[in-house]
Amino acid sequence: MTAQADDELWSAIGDPSRRRVLDLLVSHGAVSASWLAGHVTFSRQAVSKHLAVLEQTGLVSRRKQGREVLYQVEADRLDQATRAMADLATQWDRRLGAIKRLAEAAHAQAKKNEGSNTPLEEGSNTPLEGGRHDG
Amino acid sequence: MADLVIEREVLIEAPAEVVWRTITEPDQMSQWFADRVELVVEPGAHGFMGFGDQGGPVVVETVDPPVCFSFRWNHPRGEEPVTGNSMLVEFTLTPEGDERTRLRVSERGHELLAWPDEEKQRYADEHRGGWAEYLDRLAQILAKRQSG
Repeated sequence: MTAQADDELWSAIGDPSRRRVLDLLVSHGAVSASWLAGHVTFSRQAVSKHLAVLEQTGLVSRRKQGREVLYQVEADRLDQATRAMADLATQWDRRLGAIKRLAEAAHAQAKKNEGSNTPLEEGSNTPLEGGRHDG
Repeated sequence: MADLVIEREVLIEAPAEVVWRTITEPDQMSQWFADRVELVVEPGAHGFMGFGDQGGPVVVETVDPPVCFSFRWNHPRGEEPVTGNSMLVEFTLTPEGDERTRLRVSERGHELLAWPDEEKQRYADEHRGGWAEYLDRLAQILAKRQSG
């Protein structure tokens, strides 16, 4: 995933109004901008702007049906975005796992050092091999 | 309130001071975070994090040892990171006993200041799990609707 694409995605869904539009499209399928405007608290103009931003990220597409333009969610792009977010969560889980191992190893080492005159079991801790997390 | 992107936490068997050093000292940071960490941990300090041949600037925001450490990144090159153009990464440390610390990390961004607070709160409540869960829910609804 590229940083550029992520940025666009985040700013697209970072806006609560746009998430409202996205929610409506997901639950109602292909609908027109006027229909959307009837279901939100903001103006028809704002709806059009939000649709344009969502279209640019590929999350939403439009098609003509008779005289109407209908908007719908692009399932593939939504799946892609979902995976990108899950990746981000996994990345942080991995980092937190590494912090945990480092901090616990440092703490065990400090305790061992300060406790050198109190009898501590030798070789009782090999912390770096201890808490291996998911990859 | 900002829009939450992601929030994760871990329970660590070490005092908050030890965890604090692990997350803020550059030579420690390079072991769990970026390959290259150039950072002075002071509010407002500009630094750099390198990931292989990529990387970018970071700016330290909050330094409150051993409780809270935050920085902004992912802002456009050449611009100062501010609310709206960057992601805020925040670490919060909560002691649970003498030798145990709960470490939370959140990454959030693109806050919309124009939105009324109660609306932000409503969305924060709805999306407490972060955007990963939000998007996942949308994808599930969509899949159900398409198959039905």
